[in-house]
Amino acid sequence: MAISVTDLTKVYGERTALSHATFSVPLGTVCGFVGPNGSGKTTTIRMLLGLISPTGGTGTVLGHNISHPEKYLPKVGAMIEGPAFYPALSGRENLRVLASLGGFDQAVVDPLLERVGLGDRGGSKFKTYSLGMKQRLGIAAALLPSPRLLVLDEPTNGLDPNGIHEVRSLIKDLAEGGTSVFVSSHLLSELEMIAEHLVMLRQGKVIFNGKTADLLSAQQPVLIARPEYSVDLPKLIEIVKASGHELTSHDGAAHILSPADWGAALNRLAFEAGITLASLTSVLPTLEETFFEMTGDSE
Amino acid sequence: MIHVISAEMRKLRRPTLLLSTMAIVTVLTALFTFLTFWRVGNPNGNGRRGEIVTAQFLSTPHGLVYGFNIVAFLLGIVALCIFASQTAQEYTYGTLRNLLVRQPARMKILGGKYISMILFAVLMVLLSLISSILMAYALAGHSHVNTSSWSTSAGLSAMATSVGNVLLSVSCFGTIGMILGLLFRSPISAIATGVIWFLILENILAGVVTSTAKWLPGQNITNLTTSENFTFSYQHSLILDGIYIFVSASIVAILFKRRDVAN
Repeated sequence: MAISVTDLTKVYGERTALSHATFSVPLGTVCGFVGPNGSGKTTTIRMLLGLISPTGGTGTVLGHNISHPEKYLPKVGAMIEGPAFYPALSGRENLRVLASLGGFDQAVVDPLLERVGLGDRGGSKFKTYSLGMKQRLGIAAALLPSPRLLVLDEPTNGLDPNGIHEVRSLIKDLAEGGTSVFVSSHLLSELEMIAEHLVMLRQGKVIFNGKTADLLSAQQPVLIARPEYSVDLPKLIEIVKASGHELTSHDGAAHILSPADWGAALNRLAFEAGITLASLTSVLPTLEETFFEMTGDSE
Repeated sequence: MIHVISAEMRKLRRPTLLLSTMAIVTVLTALFTFLTFWRVGNPNGNGRRGEIVTAQFLSTPHGLVYGFNIVAFLLGIVALCIFASQTAQEYTYGTLRNLLVRQPARMKILGGKYISMILFAVLMVLLSLISSILMAYALAGHSHVNTSSWSTSAGLSAMATSVGNVLLSVSCFGTIGMILGLLFRSPISAIATGVIWFLILENILAGVVTSTAKWLPGQNITNLTTSENFTFSYQHSLILDGIYIFVSASIVAILFKRRDVAN
């Protein structure tokens, strides 16, 4: 396992930031770490990186106990809560400070700047960077140790669509090269596209830990049936209810919780009732919809 | 540890910090030495706190480093500010988390940072010494100061003692700056507290209740370089400052090792 935690808990005074979290991240996968603000994501990441000590529970990173971060951190790259660098130093010099500190070859700095698209701005002071450039520098710093595990906290914050696409490609490339990636993001659509594995937090508790595909398949697909004439919608709703399916209606269509293969039966029943369907579509809920349903978060 | 020192030196050698600090130190020392030599014989005084420093005294083996000695306190305050800001900025910039991810042994971070800043202070002190010596030789003729004893073994010995004491004093102030930086985790708060304490509060306390001077850290650090103004001994100051710094440094080191890095 790249990461494995059991009953991990962090309490600040009377506030529980993380409560008995138990999850694991397989090696070589991209794992999304999702949760609303204040759910304990950053607290968990900080504990995994040895920055804060847990109140209770245990954990391992790359097979080593989190109480001995010196054993695994040389193989871990991390960007926590956005990029933090020295404003008066250039991007290149900031990376060199970290390379010196980690004992890495200084020769990796320029290729890394090129890789994140900062090759021509490496000599500029960090304080002159845009938010997107700062984010790219943070990712470059995380890649300094050629990590076996990459921990990224909201890596696409401040990036334009092109930048987001590049980060997504970078994460995929790293995963294909055997790097495990643990990435938190509030952009759930981002994680849906790149994460094979998912850990979901709500109010400091893990509410899902498993494959993204399993999470999606656990949700019932929705059939969207739209009658040709809106006057037929009430009659269509009656037919669906009589068949024992739950539904909602909006935008002139019935949204029915049912498997896709019930679509043929619905089409037949509607036809027999004299209703012509303009469209009949089976839709899988997005990760975002699933997430909101599970967390009860309306935002 | 060597990796930490190397990383810290990269931060300390940035031109805006290195050149400006060294320029300030060089100019300040040259200015004080200039005023001491230029105003020899002036009835209003030409030394520290209006004292009269004669050409006869400046012609002794101690005369060469007089100007260097009187800026020791200011060098100390500069060191305090640099040590405090370099330490506390890791919290305000949020860069401490990067440092600890790359080097999780917190005592190594602290030790490497301290050694690199001491090296910076050594450079500062040496430049100040050179500036003072050059100015002293340049103005000796004008002030009718005989320089022959400066290059004797007694003169060199006085210079070595002076350099050692100024380095010790600057290191003490710097260490206190680092302690304040770790304690307050904000450069402004750490520097303000240190400067207000040493420049204002201690002087008021020592002036109003003279018996307290013997126990005040700043007065005792100053006594390491300019013992003629104090009633207590060099040894007393050395031991007392050693105890103050050891105890406070131990406390903040334990805090730094155990405290969560949550910013």
